[in-house]
Amino acid sequence: MTERLRVHVDPDKCQGHARCKALAPELFELDEYGNAHEAGDGTVPPGLEDKVWLAKANCPEIAIDVIEE
Amino acid sequence: MSDVSQPAAHPPVTDWVNDFDHTDPQWTKDPFPIWDEMRAASPVVHTERFLGCYMPTTYEAVREIANDTKHFSSRRIIVRDVRPEITSRNAAPPITSDPPEHKPAKQLLLPPFTPDAMKKLEPRMRAICNELIDGFIADGKVDAAARYSKYIPVQAIAHMLGIPESDSDLFIKWIHMILELGIKDESKLLQAVQEMSAYFIAHIEARKNKPTDDLISYLMNAKDKEGNPLEDSHVLGSLRLLLIAGIDTTWSAIGSSLWHLARTPVDRERLIAEPEVMPTAVEELLRAYSPVTMAREVVKETTISGCPVKAGNMVLLSFPAANRDPKVFPDADKVVIDRRENRHAAFGLGIHRCVGSNLARMEMQIALEEWLKRIPDFRLDPAGTVTWSQGTVRGPRQLPFLLGKAM
Repeated sequence: MTERLRVHVDPDKCQGHARCKALAPELFELDEYGNAHEAGDGTVPPGLEDKVWLAKANCPEIAIDVIEE
Repeated sequence: MSDVSQPAAHPPVTDWVNDFDHTDPQWTKDPFPIWDEMRAASPVVHTERFLGCYMPTTYEAVREIANDTKHFSSRRIIVRDVRPEITSRNAAPPITSDPPEHKPAKQLLLPPFTPDAMKKLEPRMRAICNELIDGFIADGKVDAAARYSKYIPVQAIAHMLGIPESDSDLFIKWIHMILELGIKDESKLLQAVQEMSAYFIAHIEARKNKPTDDLISYLMNAKDKEGNPLEDSHVLGSLRLLLIAGIDTTWSAIGSSLWHLARTPVDRERLIAEPEVMPTAVEELLRAYSPVTMAREVVKETTISGCPVKAGNMVLLSFPAANRDPKVFPDADKVVIDRRENRHAAFGLGIHRCVGSNLARMEMQIALEEWLKRIPDFRLDPAGTVTWSQGTVRGPRQLPFLLGKAM
């Protein structure tokens, strides 16, 4: 497995449910309104693959994209 | 509740698919098989009651409507028998707002309700829960709705607003008049709104001379996008919203969760043995027993999941029914406290996502943790009766428990 994962939150879809931050605090940040964006450039460090898929599967607005590179 | 006024009579429902009524006693007691029957018939059903009302029964149909602010307005958010003229655009912003007014009104309220802001409230919440438990734990039995779940969110929102926690019973009376009695009796609704408005106006006036660091002063100091202070009616409307939305929603969610745990020792024992499951369990309890059904008004004809909907009708936007859709949730009718994939819609979908969702989650988690720490064993009292609220918010109103191990 050499594939790399990158995560992106679509700011137009995010409504601030904050599920991603609760499930994968290493991968997401919240702004002053509680809306989420990916931490840094969205690269998912090794070992956090499970968490990023979990965050995606729990976003009620389907705002999270996981890109396999 | 002590109010004895009789609501207008609705004939009993004999045809759920074509003549549904969410105030029918059968629905109040056990809505889940009714939703299954409706969903099997159509993604959108209709009733002539309430001057014409649709209900989406699938997750997809609920999502479509929640995301379509062009055809569906939020100016009316409760399905009632009557539909009076709308005279105020500041009824309860932002929940009653449509775009473009919605976004600035909501952005004002979001910062005080972020997950980080909620963390600071945790110690007070744990203290509130333990003070309540102290009041009944020695009795061996309790009505957990009347003595526990009801007071947790009331005291939390009073704490945030900076109004006396000791006025809790007054707030609870207003909520009952607005959300339950008001469906069929407009005068109850108006009376409660007037009393609540007068109460908040007095608090606003007091703060004009003596500012505080609570949410009332926060709203009074807030500026709109042009840099002007909010109109008094906007401040008042948002305060009404925070009180109405902050109370029996979470009261209901905590009550339903305790009801489930009273009847399901295996889940109770697991949460005690593996407290790390609690966050997942809270999400699952929110999914399975979602308390809140919102409403929309169809303002322009359109089609939802292939079903035509006509302007002038209301929509019963049932997030609870969406959360029981087996196409989205395997074993939708089972409570699986470690369910990993749980895209539930208990806090709504789209721009009207509940502002207080982070507060509600925190309150639920702490209320269940503190209860289980001190009362690991409890069960329904066979001598008592569990009763459920009617209409917009679903939750137990009487929840008689026996505390301690069964003899």
